[in-house]
Amino acid sequence: MDEEYDNVPVRDELREGNVRIPSGCAVFGCLSRSGRRMSASGAVDAMTYMHDRSNGLGGGFAGYGIYPDFPDCYAFHVFYDNEHAREETESFLKARFDISGMERIPTRKVYGIRGAPLVWRYFGVLRPEIAAHTPLDEEEYVCRSVIHINTKIKGAYVFSSGKNMGVFKGVGYPEDVGEYYRLGDYSGYCWTAHGRYPTNTPGWWGGAHPFNILNYTVVHNGEISSYDANRRFIEMYGYKCTLQTDTEVITYIIDYLHRRRGLTLPDVAKVIAPPFWSQIERMETSERERYTLLRNMYASLLVTGPFSIILGYSGGMMALNDRLKLRGMVAAEKNDVTYVASEECAVRAVCPEPDRIWYPAGGEPVIVELTEGNGK
Amino acid sequence: MRIDAKGMHFAALNGLIRDSADGEIVIDNVLGQRYIAAGAAGRHIVVRGVPGNALGAYMNGCRVDVYGSAQDAVGDTMNDGVIVVHGSCGDTAGYAMRGGRIFIEGDAGYRVGIHMKEYGSAVPCIVVGGRAGSYLGEYQAGGRIVVLGIGSEGRQCVGDFTSTGMHGGKIYVRGGCIPADLPRQTEVRAVTDKSELAPLVRDFCTCFGFDADALLADDYFMLVPSTAYIYKTLYVNRPD
Amino acid sequence: MNETYIMPDYEIVRNAERCVRCMACVRLCANGAHIFDEKRGVLTADDSKCVNCHYCVANCPTKAIKIVRSDHCFKPSANYTEDVIKDIYRQADTGGVLLSSMGTTKSYPVYWDKMLVNASQVTNPPIDPLREPMEIRTFLGKKPETVKYRADGRLEAETHPNLMLKTPIMFSAMSYGSISKNAHIALARAAEELGTFYNTGEGGLHEDLYQYGANTIVQVASGRFGVHPAYLNAGAAIEIKMGQGAKPGIGGHLPGSKIGEDVSRTRMIPKGTDAISPAPHHDIYSIEDLRQLVFGLKEATDYKKPVIVKIAAVHNIAAIASGIARSGADIIAIDGFRGGTGAAPTRIRDNVGIPIELALAAVDTRLRDEGIRGRVGLVAGGSVRSSADVVKAIALGADAVYIATPALLAMGCHLCRSCHGGKCNWGIATQSPELVARLDPDVARERLVNLVTAWSREIMEMMGGMGINSIEALRGNRLMLRGIGLTQKELDVLGIRHAGE
Repeated sequence: MDEEYDNVPVRDELREGNVRIPSGCAVFGCLSRSGRRMSASGAVDAMTYMHDRSNGLGGGFAGYGIYPDFPDCYAFHVFYDNEHAREETESFLKARFDISGMERIPTRKVYGIRGAPLVWRYFGVLRPEIAAHTPLDEEEYVCRSVIHINTKIKGAYVFSSGKNMGVFKGVGYPEDVGEYYRLGDYSGYCWTAHGRYPTNTPGWWGGAHPFNILNYTVVHNGEISSYDANRRFIEMYGYKCTLQTDTEVITYIIDYLHRRRGLTLPDVAKVIAPPFWSQIERMETSERERYTLLRNMYASLLVTGPFSIILGYSGGMMALNDRLKLRGMVAAEKNDVTYVASEECAVRAVCPEPDRIWYPAGGEPVIVELTEGNGK
Repeated sequence: MRIDAKGMHFAALNGLIRDSADGEIVIDNVLGQRYIAAGAAGRHIVVRGVPGNALGAYMNGCRVDVYGSAQDAVGDTMNDGVIVVHGSCGDTAGYAMRGGRIFIEGDAGYRVGIHMKEYGSAVPCIVVGGRAGSYLGEYQAGGRIVVLGIGSEGRQCVGDFTSTGMHGGKIYVRGGCIPADLPRQTEVRAVTDKSELAPLVRDFCTCFGFDADALLADDYFMLVPSTAYIYKTLYVNRPD
Repeated sequence: MNETYIMPDYEIVRNAERCVRCMACVRLCANGAHIFDEKRGVLTADDSKCVNCHYCVANCPTKAIKIVRSDHCFKPSANYTEDVIKDIYRQADTGGVLLSSMGTTKSYPVYWDKMLVNASQVTNPPIDPLREPMEIRTFLGKKPETVKYRADGRLEAETHPNLMLKTPIMFSAMSYGSISKNAHIALARAAEELGTFYNTGEGGLHEDLYQYGANTIVQVASGRFGVHPAYLNAGAAIEIKMGQGAKPGIGGHLPGSKIGEDVSRTRMIPKGTDAISPAPHHDIYSIEDLRQLVFGLKEATDYKKPVIVKIAAVHNIAAIASGIARSGADIIAIDGFRGGTGAAPTRIRDNVGIPIELALAAVDTRLRDEGIRGRVGLVAGGSVRSSADVVKAIALGADAVYIATPALLAMGCHLCRSCHGGKCNWGIATQSPELVARLDPDVARERLVNLVTAWSREIMEMMGGMGINSIEALRGNRLMLRGIGLTQKELDVLGIRHAGE
């Protein structure tokens, strides 16, 4: 057994999924609209300035455009508790995907990072004969395969499953997690980051943020009050909230509304954080009808309680605050890069003199995407 | 307006009827479409074929002629108008009917006229040319039901448990075969005054071409509730 | 043999010093419990006629009257209690089926009182409902299932008729006949003022009340009393009454004594005869027949009105509700067995059905398991007694609640449970014109508005404590509830955890 894998100290029954763990947090995101690939070290630096918003029990990063050599492959990042879980998972993956690359994710020993599981990654495309026969569309098939591994294979957890993107996360302060994964070696057009402050658990590697499904990643700060209302609704549509975290349910809500129902992100934001009825009543007719429809149709996907989230997706990033604006959020622009963060210091750490800095209103999404022609 | 209803869903067919400005509507090839003329008023609708359940439900003053048999719940809670069925019909014809008339040339199923109502000049009437099934006039609170039993002469032309729970209205039956199992609260009387009955029988004969004088010359008996408080002795109030 | 003597349950106690012999009590008591014995010149009472409704107590100008529980007693037994013995006497005397009013008096578990509500501390904040927006507006009905963008960017979804409630509390069905016209007017006006709905019950709609149609739910029961196109189109929604919590499996029974001229005209039945609406709709003997009735009503109203199907909470409620959700109904109303009634056979009221809390939880869970919760609105009723009960019902999964007993209490009812006698001194459950005149519809309206306004504020307070500022985030949010003193099985059915977990 590897030295760096010293039996995970977290008791199973205290893991996310067996208990519900509220967390406070720090979030950061940046995106280059021109598609310029930026080193992850900026995001790591930014998080360092928000050190006190985390408590060393979780940190993580998501990078987009980081695997230009495998742009069309699903990149699966997997935690294993043991070799048996790895063997089982690999045979599951190989039966369904043509794997063109697999390796242990390079890490370095870092003081402060403990209890690391085995971390592997695989690049693969869905086998054509499976794609031809499944009644599901390809993404749905991949999505369900991930859920299968995470719920059925004991000791295995897929924590990243998108294309040309990857999540890196663990238990520790975000800057230590960045160091551990040698993130300075990666560059991408978009990075999001998270530092976690869970309230009643030693933290489990799978429970750290960002949370990912397909190309969507979500980092989130705050504890929502609508959790069970949201969970019980979304679980009607094939999702299984195994981690019992706010981030997980918010990710599923976004996946459901954006990928499966085809709503635009501004409309997704208006479902999650809708205007008040009194505001809707003052709108002109077509807007009023639009917001009334969205609020009524997806009433159970309204998220209440304090939250700031940063959604990463293929080619873009969206930041959103709850409608009462109970969490801090600042946004800034410098040349082709847009930044969002829980605190202004994090932005200034990597971009001392932004062209523009502003404080988005509650419920008003900040959406930035690659400009036309810039490859994902 | 003439509609070919072949293969048409009831919602589409009834939508066409609702949206039409015509007073006269003929529907061909009807087969099982429900709710024809439901809630409708002021039309003359001719149905060729077999209309589905709840023909003329809540109807409010149409004339509907059916050339074929009707299914269940003809004239369910009908308020006004006339339904003429050139054939037989299924169960619960005239359920809770409040006004208007239903004429069935042939037989009618179970529970004809159940819960029929009456108030003032609104006196719903059902005339069945053939036989009526069991539970005729169950819970009847008003209105007139006439069963002529044409073709069943000399035999009982109403089923079992006739007038169970009846507390208003009248049932006229042609012939002398009085059911043996009438409930306690119903009273049987011979019909001596046919002034109320005659116009109903004549209208029926106008619809279907029977000889009214001959039918009216026969004997009829009548069922009426014997007491208003049918359940008076059933309950004892508990002060709790 | 003589009738068995059944001692009165209550005694009328008159304070001789205060009594000025004004005879108001003699004139006011419709039951004739107060008597002036002219021969002896004595003001006395017949305790056996007293129903303990407090009307004389409330209206005695010198407050000289009180009603006390009789201490005359049988030999105590925990098994053959006084009630049991008296019922046997009563039935031996008359051969009658015992008839009662209002909800069961038995001490079945009240699950509302075994659930505790959450509040925020530190990890997320409570919200101050006095200053921050707090939304309790509720849409009731089927949600659109698909939405797409038109070329101009507007959204397009299939539409279903919905009810919009300014507060998730509606007045449940009480028929004209079982309660008075003035009580109906008060409910209608209160519903209008509150932005919610009252329900006609199965007795039709008096012509004077059509003006409140926008806040009216018209009911269709097996007896179809007062049902005609104008009635169906008058209301904002149509409710098919399949059952009632207080008497599942049996129908309505309005004693002939309550059927005067107006009720007779509205129901189109003879004056003074018992109005019977048996349990089955005679065109519904199976679930596909329900679909027939639902669509029949939709056809008759051009698909403009949501159709509610009201059912009593019974053992197999989850499967039944699932069937109803697939029948085309827009809303399911579930009525728990502790709910009230104007008249029900006692044994049925006290022994048939299941509590609303368990039924509601089971139905909401089943509809979600089947992925069809969005197809129907869900209304819970049958002993919702306070705003806390409302909050718990919504957290279990209801969209809104129906209340009736609290509404009657607000109008002056003292829960004497004698509605079936038809001599309600408070002018509510009676058709006697002189008694009805005692209920001022505008005073009653104001008291109803007060009650629901107060509850709505309390709901907002509790939501704010939970850190929730919109009622949809409370709906089905069972994590906001914890059980107290419940078995694991009860917790499982309710879908909640135990306090401390």
